[in-house]
Amino acid sequence: MIGEAVAFYVLAAITLASGVVVATSPNLMHSAIALVPTLLGVTGIYILLNAEFVAGIQVLIYAGGITVLILFVIMLTEGGTGLRVRQRNEQVAIAAAVSAAVAALFIALAGRTPWAQGAGTLPSYTPGAIGQNFLGPNLLLFEGTSVVLLVTLVGAILIARKEAGE
Amino acid sequence: MPWYVEALRAVVGTIVIFSAVAVVAAMFGVLLERKVSGWIQSRIGPTHVGPRGLLQTLADTIKLLQKEHVVPGNADPAIFASAVVIVPLAALLDYVVVPFGTTRWGPLVFRDLNIGVLYFAATSSLIVVGILMAGWGSNNKYALLGGLRSAAQMVSYEIPIGLVLITVALLAGSLSTVTIVTVQSHLWFIASQPVSFLIFLAAATAEVNRAPFDLVEAESELVAGYFSEYTGMRFALFQLGEYGEMFAMAALAVTLFLGGWHGPVLPSVVWFLIKLYALIFVFMWVRWTFPRFRIDQLLNFSWKFLIPLALLNLVVTAFFVMVVRR
Repeated sequence: MIGEAVAFYVLAAITLASGVVVATSPNLMHSAIALVPTLLGVTGIYILLNAEFVAGIQVLIYAGGITVLILFVIMLTEGGTGLRVRQRNEQVAIAAAVSAAVAALFIALAGRTPWAQGAGTLPSYTPGAIGQNFLGPNLLLFEGTSVVLLVTLVGAILIARKEAGE
Repeated sequence: MPWYVEALRAVVGTIVIFSAVAVVAAMFGVLLERKVSGWIQSRIGPTHVGPRGLLQTLADTIKLLQKEHVVPGNADPAIFASAVVIVPLAALLDYVVVPFGTTRWGPLVFRDLNIGVLYFAATSSLIVVGILMAGWGSNNKYALLGGLRSAAQMVSYEIPIGLVLITVALLAGSLSTVTIVTVQSHLWFIASQPVSFLIFLAAATAEVNRAPFDLVEAESELVAGYFSEYTGMRFALFQLGEYGEMFAMAALAVTLFLGGWHGPVLPSVVWFLIKLYALIFVFMWVRWTFPRFRIDQLLNFSWKFLIPLALLNLVVTAFFVMVVRR
């Protein structure tokens, strides 16, 4: 248990520290790259919770995919790179107050909630079980997501084709 | 197992994987590359250092260790320095799930994850981030172009690789690399999935940025691409990352299609190494035989040929597994 606690605090520190860089860095590139350790810290917490499949997907999609997409967009945007962006304005005090209030609320909630502990064994969390779950109880959600993805794909192809024809 | 034993095991494993990859993949790989290229071009290759030039890359490494670190003016120092760590690290992480052989006490793998091939795909996708960081952090137009090309290329070729991984996982009924090897004890998947194997080889060549898909570091256009500005040991670390990734891809191909450690008479690790080096030789053979593609041909090849083919192959395999085999 000590090991898990140590791992959790280390991962949380990594996530929070790089999250602060993402939010406050005046350089867009630094913000985008600091997303990688943030996402990897969350991945580590998934692994601590025995959710290996979600962890793998998190690295593949977010750290390896979305971050690259963001970097690409920043690099292709004129003036987006190397520019120092001001990250604060006159509303900084209000924002800090609201954030502090929300944080206090969450901490109070987490402290008061009676967390259910040791209720039986964990359900098996293998890729096979996840697949059964997708095609069984959650079929409608799964199909809905796939329709959304299909629409996105068709949209992307349409946009690309229009540009090629002009 | 107490947690500090786990932590110690992780540290020892990291050191073992790092030194093995540095010596076997990077040093020996570079030597082999130079020897094979020399042989294909009717030259001799390195001969002077050590017996038959065997110590050439060792000498090169020592030379690189002594060199000065040059950071270009106006480069972004933080990104420039950290990109060096990410590329080899992502390549080294791949080796966690590679089963090198089998012993009396079970398979010789650092950790048999139940998401094995997914883990491999995830860690190898992290390399793109390091390459983009190196390209951008160098503040050099050639490096930036190389980095952007590499990102476009690797993102495109991850899709056929992913589809091939799914196809093989379907056949084996598992994502774990050890199970995939065990299932192939009678029939290697190269026999039942020749199309997948060819798609994987083509996509892996592109994924590790080697000729004929080495647009990223096309010498005639981009100097050395994303690592043009790196000197000394930093340059060597990029080479380590590149060769480490190539060996990892070859090891994955052996695991998925060539029956991993299976083979008669010889010990399992020896069989694994024989197959690994045979594939590495194929990679080198291809590199020194074919000319380079253009970037649009390269992307079209992935999106208009490899991905539809891999999808079709996946559907046919799924039909076979679900309908015919039942």
